[in-house]
Amino acid sequence: MSEHSPLRGRIGIASLIVAETSLFGVFVVAYLFYIGKSLNGPYPKDVLDLPVLATICLLSSSISVALGARALRSGDVRRSGLWLLVTVLLGGIFLAATAREWYGLIYKHGLTIGSNLFGTTYYPLVGLHASHVIIGLSMLSLCCLLAWSGALRPVHGERVEMVSWYWHFVDAVWVVVFTVVYVVGR
Amino acid sequence: MSVLSPTAARPEEADVPRALFEQLHDWVVTVDHKRLGIMYVVVALLFFVIAGAEAAVMRLQLAWPGLHIVPPQTFNRLFTMHGTTMVFLMGIPMVFGFGNYLVPLMIGARDLAFPRLNAFGFWILAFGGLLLHFSVIGGDGLYGTGSAPAVGWFAYAPLTGRAFTPGNATDYWNLAIFITGIGTIATAVNLVTTTLTMRGPGMTLGRMPVFVWIMLTISAMTLLILPPLSAAQIMLMLDRFLGAHFFDTQAGGSAVMWQHFFWFFGHPEVYILMLPGFGFVSEIIPVFSRKVLFGYPMIVAASVSIGLVSLSVWAHHMFVVGMGAPLNAFFALSTMLIAVPTGIKIFNWLGTMYGGKLDFRTPMLFCCAFLLQFLCAGLTGVMLSVAPFNWQLSDSYFVVAHFHFVLVGSLVFTVFAAIYYWFPKVTGRMLSERLGRWHFWLFVIGFNVTFVTMHVQGILGMPRRIYTYQADRGWEIWNLVTTLGVPIQALAVLIFVVNIIVSLRHGTRAGDDPWNAWTLEWATTSPPPPYNFEIVPVTTSRRPLWDLKNPDDPDGPHE
Repeated sequence: MSEHSPLRGRIGIASLIVAETSLFGVFVVAYLFYIGKSLNGPYPKDVLDLPVLATICLLSSSISVALGARALRSGDVRRSGLWLLVTVLLGGIFLAATAREWYGLIYKHGLTIGSNLFGTTYYPLVGLHASHVIIGLSMLSLCCLLAWSGALRPVHGERVEMVSWYWHFVDAVWVVVFTVVYVVGR
Repeated sequence: MSVLSPTAARPEEADVPRALFEQLHDWVVTVDHKRLGIMYVVVALLFFVIAGAEAAVMRLQLAWPGLHIVPPQTFNRLFTMHGTTMVFLMGIPMVFGFGNYLVPLMIGARDLAFPRLNAFGFWILAFGGLLLHFSVIGGDGLYGTGSAPAVGWFAYAPLTGRAFTPGNATDYWNLAIFITGIGTIATAVNLVTTTLTMRGPGMTLGRMPVFVWIMLTISAMTLLILPPLSAAQIMLMLDRFLGAHFFDTQAGGSAVMWQHFFWFFGHPEVYILMLPGFGFVSEIIPVFSRKVLFGYPMIVAASVSIGLVSLSVWAHHMFVVGMGAPLNAFFALSTMLIAVPTGIKIFNWLGTMYGGKLDFRTPMLFCCAFLLQFLCAGLTGVMLSVAPFNWQLSDSYFVVAHFHFVLVGSLVFTVFAAIYYWFPKVTGRMLSERLGRWHFWLFVIGFNVTFVTMHVQGILGMPRRIYTYQADRGWEIWNLVTTLGVPIQALAVLIFVVNIIVSLRHGTRAGDDPWNAWTLEWATTSPPPPYNFEIVPVTTSRRPLWDLKNPDDPDGPHE
């Protein structure tokens, strides 16, 4: 049954990442195209703050997930589970920060998806990324639980590594979103 | 033949008959690439007949000026459903169905890389198709009689805005196509992974059949161009349900944006449908010419470069939008450029036939008609790529004639060729050659009567998507002739369906390799066992079966 090439999972997830990149690409293009075209406020420069803490947390979670995958391959399930837990916590902080930001935008500044073109492009782009964070966190939490219950074994190293690839992709997308929304768009 | 098939023992009649329900259950829960491939093709043929019937009603309505067979709203729904169904529910499942069935067999694999993902892809596509057709009941929101979407198959903004298409018909279009897209992306991931990681012994990339190369190319293209359509459809959903303004021109949004997103998907999509046709032809013509495919490296390179260039031609659908001279020039030139690799292929096929021992069985007949009709389709394509010419004829019947020459005159013809060619492998029975010839000649005549004349209405200025026209335009006789081709085509398709049903029961037994062909799928039994190959033959050249049949004169040294 397990006569599969070791490349099978890698190419599968790489193909998925290509497709997802293309998906995000269109939302990024739409965001860039509509910068400064809002007919009324609130405008990005008035309401957006740099999400520094969230960004630091998300980017460093890439390191922790890589360490987690590496620990599993070298046979240390406990340490792997710990690093994955750290990743989940860092990702959780990022999500919480996004939630806080959206709360402020909606209730303090009155910006919704229908307010203007900024809202129209901002929420879908950041929201699409956040939904990917949620999917990644679900997979990582599952890995954590499995590690904790003892079901995760070094033979699963390949699969955890694939989850880590997905997570790196989510991080890389954030770099683009950050640049487009908080640097160029402000 | 026993040299080829190590599995000599094979029951002459089907196994013990089993309860219908049990058999159905097997089909529903299957993850076998062959069964899923068959289901894809059957679903595609089903939607082909439905969408064809829609076209027939439209042609009836247009047969003579001032007819009132269907009201204008219904006419709009008909052309929307016809286009959407043909592209997303006939074309896509047809090419991916063949890919599903043939790719693992051709490369000597047991199944696709992710069989369960494959089943998911099929079912989500099938349910997407059902959802689209449910709109006929639920389109207006479940009160009244309901209606199908009426926004055209490319659903231009701002027509798709809530203000212009209230009710849920447009949402059915949007969601259904979004869902089928997910299935298609899943299958594309599967095919890329399969081709790259599951090739049998000796099957290097340079020895893969052209069809497999093409499925790899179009799967990679699918990964790049289908998600943008999904993204645009998410935006449309947000516009329609949450009050976003992506395509809402009243609030500063851009309707042209939708056109860019849609055609960035839409044009490469044409090649995703057309390239597998080239793949079929590249497999069939050599076998019926008894010659090696002429210029294998060129045809592979041409296919991949068509895939690449097709990513940069989309806005030739938008010359009349007013993009400005630089963009018009860029897209005109890139569109002309894509004619080069496409033209190369025509010479490859002609070169294969040149000096060959031609055997005009039904698959070959369809391939020959394809060559001529595809040439015409390509030439009108180059004409339309010239922006000023396009300004004259955009949105006219000339364009309709052009893309029907591509999709019917070329793709559907190659699909028929492929069905006649691989039916014996899939079912173990030959399709009737006599009915096949009737099918071929009637379809060739019917097709050309309908679509050659359609060019003329276009040049005379008849716009597409009108539900009727006045008598003084000089279009009536051409429209009548166009419509007269329809019953001929319908009769041809009917003969085809009858052929399939009759041959399934009474067709002559095919044996493993009825065409004396050279690719791996003919090395196993017909139909292949669930595990495909008992022993996967070692591939030593691009024609592994030639090498097995002629051990004294293998292909390898000549490649």
